[in-house]
Parts: sequence; C-alpha cells; structure tokens
Amino acid sequence: MSASTIVTLPLNQSLDLQVSDRLRKKASRHMKERVIEFLLFGAALISVFTTLAIVYVLVSESWVFFQHVPLKDFLFDTQWTPLFDDAHYGIMVLLSGTLTSSAVALMVALPLGTIIAVYLSEFAPFKVREISKPFLELLGGVPTIVYGYFALVFLTPLLQKIYPDLPGFNLLSAGLVMGVMIIPYVASLSEDAMRAVPMSLREGSYAMGATRLQTSLRVVVPAATSGIASAYILGISRAVGETMILAVAAGMQPNLTFNPADSGATITSYIVQVALGDLPHGSIGYQTIFAAGLTLMLMTLMFNLLGYWLRKRFREVY
Amino acid sequence: MSNATTINMDADPKLAIKAECRNFNFHYGDFQALKGINMPVYDKKITSLIGPSGCGKSTLLRSFNRMHDLYPGNRYGGEIVMHPDNTNLLAKEVDPIEVRMRISMVFQKPNPFPKSVFENVAYSLRVRGINNKSELEDRVQHSLKGAALWDEVKNRLNDLGANLSGGQQQRLCIARALASDPEIILFDEPTSALDPIATASIEELVVELCEKVTILIVTHNMQQAARISDFTAYMYLGELIEYGVTDQVFIKPKNKQTEDYITGRFG
Ligand SMILES: Nc1ncnc2c1ncn2[C@@H]1O[C@H](COP(=O)(O)OP(=O)(O)O)[C@@H](O)[C@H]1O
Ligand SMILES: [Mg+2]
Repeated sequence: MSASTIVTLPLNQSLDLQVSDRLRKKASRHMKERVIEFLLFGAALISVFTTLAIVYVLVSESWVFFQHVPLKDFLFDTQWTPLFDDAHYGIMVLLSGTLTSSAVALMVALPLGTIIAVYLSEFAPFKVREISKPFLELLGGVPTIVYGYFALVFLTPLLQKIYPDLPGFNLLSAGLVMGVMIIPYVASLSEDAMRAVPMSLREGSYAMGATRLQTSLRVVVPAATSGIASAYILGISRAVGETMILAVAAGMQPNLTFNPADSGATITSYIVQVALGDLPHGSIGYQTIFAAGLTLMLMTLMFNLLGYWLRKRFREVY
Repeated sequence: MSNATTINMDADPKLAIKAECRNFNFHYGDFQALKGINMPVYDKKITSLIGPSGCGKSTLLRSFNRMHDLYPGNRYGGEIVMHPDNTNLLAKEVDPIEVRMRISMVFQKPNPFPKSVFENVAYSLRVRGINNKSELEDRVQHSLKGAALWDEVKNRLNDLGANLSGGQQQRLCIARALASDPEIILFDEPTSALDPIATASIEELVVELCEKVTILIVTHNMQQAARISDFTAYMYLGELIEYGVTDQVFIKPKNKQTEDYITGRFG
C-alpha cells in the first residue's frame, strides 16, 4: 500500500522520493518479513491443529464406542465380529494380525536395511553409492498397492510351491513384501547416521590396526546407534501403519493368530474394509474404526516415545 | 638431508636407527606435499617434526602407518624402512594392517571410541583376536598405568571414554596406542587441543614412554619440541630443511631458514 502512494508522487519531488523511497523500502521489507513470519507460523499452526483435530475426533468417537463396549471386552475378548448379530469387539484379534505381519516385515527390513547401510556407507566406492541410492529411493516410492498385488499374485504362488498348505491370503507374503518396502527407509536413514560419524573415529580405529569390517561394525555402527535406532523406529511405524499391502494380500478375515502362514486382518486393513463398506454412520460397527484407529495411534506414539528415549540414551558424543 | 648422517652421536653406543625415510615423495592427487625426504628415526628416542602450518608434517607422520592408503588419489614413492628387519613399510606386499600393528598413532584431537574406558583400550587387542578376559584385563591395566591414567580411572572403567576430561581422553588414546605393544608411536600435535596443565602431563608421559618405544611427534609448539625431543626435523613447503640433535637445531641451526623460524622471524 505504501508503494503505490510513492508511485503517484509528482516528479518534482524526485529527490525527496529517493530518500523516502529508500526508507519506505526498508519499512516494506520489514512488513514483508512480518508477513512471511506469520505465514510460517500459520503453517506450523495448521499441522498442530490437524494433529489436535485428529486426536479429538478419535477420542470423542471412541468415547461413544466405549459407552457401548466395556474396555475390558475390547482388550481381552478373543473374537472380533462387530458386524455379526452376536457382536464381539476383541482388538487383540486385529492386533495379532498387525504384530505378526509387522514382525515378518521387520525381520526382513531391519537386518537387510542395516547391511545395505553399512555397505553403502563404509564399503561402496563413491560411484556405486551414487548409482544405488536413487534406486533404493525408487524402491521406497513404489505405491504400496503395487507391492500388495506383487505379494498376492507373485510371492504367494511362489511360496505355495514350497509350502502347499499356504492359503492364498496370508500374513507371511504380505509381511515379506512389506519388509522389502521398508528396507529403503531403514537403509537410507541408517546410512545417513553412519556417514555423520566423524572420520577421526574411523582413523582412530584403522590406526589401531583394525580392518574395514571391524571399523564398520565395532566403531561406526555403535557411534551411529541413535540414528540407526531412529531408522528402526520409523521402520516399525511404517510396518504397523501399512494398509494396502495387507488389505490386498493378507485377506481380511479377523483371526487371532501369531502364525504368519495364516490369513488375517490387521487394524489398518480392518479400517479400510469398514470405511469402504456401506455401514451407516453412527452405528456401533462404524464406531469401531475409531477405537481401532486410536489403538493404532497409541501404538505409534509409544514407538515414537521409545525412539525419543533411545536417541537421548545413546546420543552421540563425538 | 645429508647432515643426518653427519650428526655427532655423542658416543651413545645404544643409538640405533629404528626407521628411516629414503627419498620419500608424496602426492595428494596432483599436489606434491613431500619432496625427497631422507630422515632417520632413532630407536627409543623422541624425534619431533616442526615447521609452519601446511609444510607437510602430518603428511609425513601419517605415511609411517600408511594412513594415506585410506583415501583414493594419494600417491607416494621412495621408501620408509623399518629396522632391525629392514622392511620397506611402503612395499605393495606389506599389509598396512601389519604396519599399524607395529606403528601406533595418537591424534591431534582426542578421539576415544563410543565405548567404555576399558573397551577403548581393549580395542587394539580385540582387533588382533585377543578376547581372553584375564589377558585383556592385565594388558588394559598395564597400558592405563603406562599412560599415567590408571589411578584416575580404575574405578570408572565402565564409564564412556567421552565422559573423561580432554587431557584424560588424550591419555586414554595413548593407552589405546600402547596396548598393542607397538615399536613406534606417532603423535600428531597431541596437545594442541589441551590446556597447559594437561599439556604438561602429556609431555611428561611422552618423555617416560621413550624408554620403551620410539616416538615421532609433530608439534606446532617449538618450546615443546625443545623440551621433550632428542632430535628435531624442520620442514618447509614439503622439504626437510634441517635435521639434527634438538639442542643443535635450536642453538646453532645450520640453515638460515631454520634460524628464522626458530627465532620467530617467520612462521
Ligand atoms: N587430503 C588432502 N588433499 C589435498 N591436499 C592436502 C590434503 N591434506 C593436506 N593437504 C595439503 O598438503 C600440505 C601439507 O599438509 P599437512 O601435512 O597437513 O601440513 P602440516 O601438518 O604441516 O600443517 C598442505 O599444503 C595441505 O594443504
Ligand atoms: Mg598437521
């Protein structure tokens, strides 16, 4: 607004104009900074507000749910049949599916991700690293639905050749493919953590007569513990929160099992199933997804707190 | 330089050469950092390398334990021969890990591993496959005593090495270097990150160590070189300008450049 007043000033005031123009420029620059500051603050506020809104919705809707279903049943019932006449709401059933598929995924992703990170950070020649990192990131960018169908139409038949009793929908192949999906996250973050370890520590190790492998495993990895732990936590969160792969490849039969060779529903795949079905809003059946979602959120929160604690506990002191 | 061989040896019958550079050249890529270095390192003596920043002291020091092999693009020529076995440390068939088992190193900034005090010292033994508990305990204790650190840390062997003070950390690094019983220890400005009191204790320690081990030390501090070393080498722009018995180099330098540097007229 101040800029437009300057432009309309008559020409004979040009000297004044120059001076005041400079001053005004400063003032307008100040204004601009204020505006930017405000926009940034607003952006930060949006994310905080969104989080709060999600928590509010989850808690309030779950509140309605828990007025009909006692918490004791929710936690300890061994059946999950919210849509049947004889409805049961044992979250353990879904939780077992989530934990089993996540365990399978993590058994793939954590060791392989770590090995890849060690290789890329400590062994790979510069060229190999530069070429393989984008590929790794590409692997993380594949839509999960693609992974899901890969598990269903490729991996499961393959596994059935070895193990004919394996059902067409099973937690095992969903978990394995989910593990492959998570590898890039674990590898990339762990590699960053290991590359941040100062060269002086490596030199200290080599100077003591250590080999490259000894230096990597006994000095670099321990020095990067907190970063690697963060990578693992992210991997766990991804596994617990993964939806499409499980919805496609693991079947959606709620099944209290810790056997990966069974089919099963997870918290996330159940939520998709219900949300896609035509359940009347406000029915108890519909309300279950909020209770399930709240459970999922609490789990993720727990892992994040664990990650925070690990980072503090093993903070690098170089 | 040729005057290396013309030093008056003061009739010391025990004076033996532990290692020597023979026409040693070094390149970082296209940049020649060392030019035709000829220099002896006497057994169980302290030899100090002095000279203005960037003259190649660290480069020369790190050539002895082949640290340069860790980075691509480094090239070197000539020989560094170790006695009494007359091994050329730079020869292709010599494993750098073997070299580093014989020649240990202490760095400018204390760099303890993210491990306990005990494990820091045990590291140089464990990488050699020594995992026997009582042997480790004996040798760790012996090395910590050798580094004048035992009394201060004997009750906190399980603390993180990084929790020690700067001077203690540097002595921990010395203990670590001692643990494997090396023949030579290389020090690269080991006190430049320390306060005067810690510096004095490290200097004292280095002097004690030379009864058992040969020491090659880079220092930017001429007083330190004068105080602790038996031999001094003055380097400038990648060349060895003067080498001799420390007193001689400091009192009657043969070279005008050396004199200027030592008297503080440049550097
Ligand atoms: N990694 C490197 N790559 C290229 N040049 C280097 C490298 N390290 C040192 N130099 C150069 O080599 C010369 C000697 O370095 P250095 O041995 O570290 O000197 P000093 O220890 O005497 O201060 C300097 O000119 C320095 O810039
Ligand atoms: Mg240096």
